[in-house]
Amino acid sequence: MSPEFLVAAAGFVMITVVVGLARILYGPGNADRVMAAQLLGTGGIASLLLVSVARGVPAAVDVALTLAMLAAFASVAFVKNATAEQDDDSSDGGAR
Amino acid sequence: MNAALDVFTIVAVTAGAVFFLAGVVGLLRFPDTLTRLHALTKADNVGLGLIVIGLLPQAGSLFAALKLLLVWLLVLLAGSTVGQIMARVARRAEPRS
Repeated sequence: MSPEFLVAAAGFVMITVVVGLARILYGPGNADRVMAAQLLGTGGIASLLLVSVARGVPAAVDVALTLAMLAAFASVAFVKNATAEQDDDSSDGGAR
Repeated sequence: MNAALDVFTIVAVTAGAVFFLAGVVGLLRFPDTLTRLHALTKADNVGLGLIVIGLLPQAGSLFAALKLLLVWLLVLLAGSTVGQIMARVARRAEPRS
């Protein structure tokens, strides 16, 4: 297996996801912006795994694990903030 | 055998990259938040999943392969949870769409 293919795939995924960041500029709601950031997190994880296997750097998998955890925390923090703002006028606030 | 595994890796990683491309196109082109969330979760789960499956034969050791699967499992868990709660936020924010 030539490592060039895996590195090229990592670059392709990274470029694709960075193009997706345009949604942060245009997205009408905050949820759209956070979704673009979440996609950047997943694309970063995929690129890290590809580079880790291609170049033989096992530590990059640990970085990918940490990135997966932090991306989930970022989205959960956004949702907590958004629901706290909305709960004033909702009938089921806090029940879920 | 080795060449067959290499071909499997190339096919699976390419399919995963195509899923990422489709997810980004959906994120940029779909009309409202919930459909964009749909495209995003597909790219998250299936795109990364195909890339991880493609990398498994190249991982070298059983432990490394299990660790790759663990990363995918964590992303699956986080992605499905975040998809649900973010759809709830998006629906409350704009109830007409």
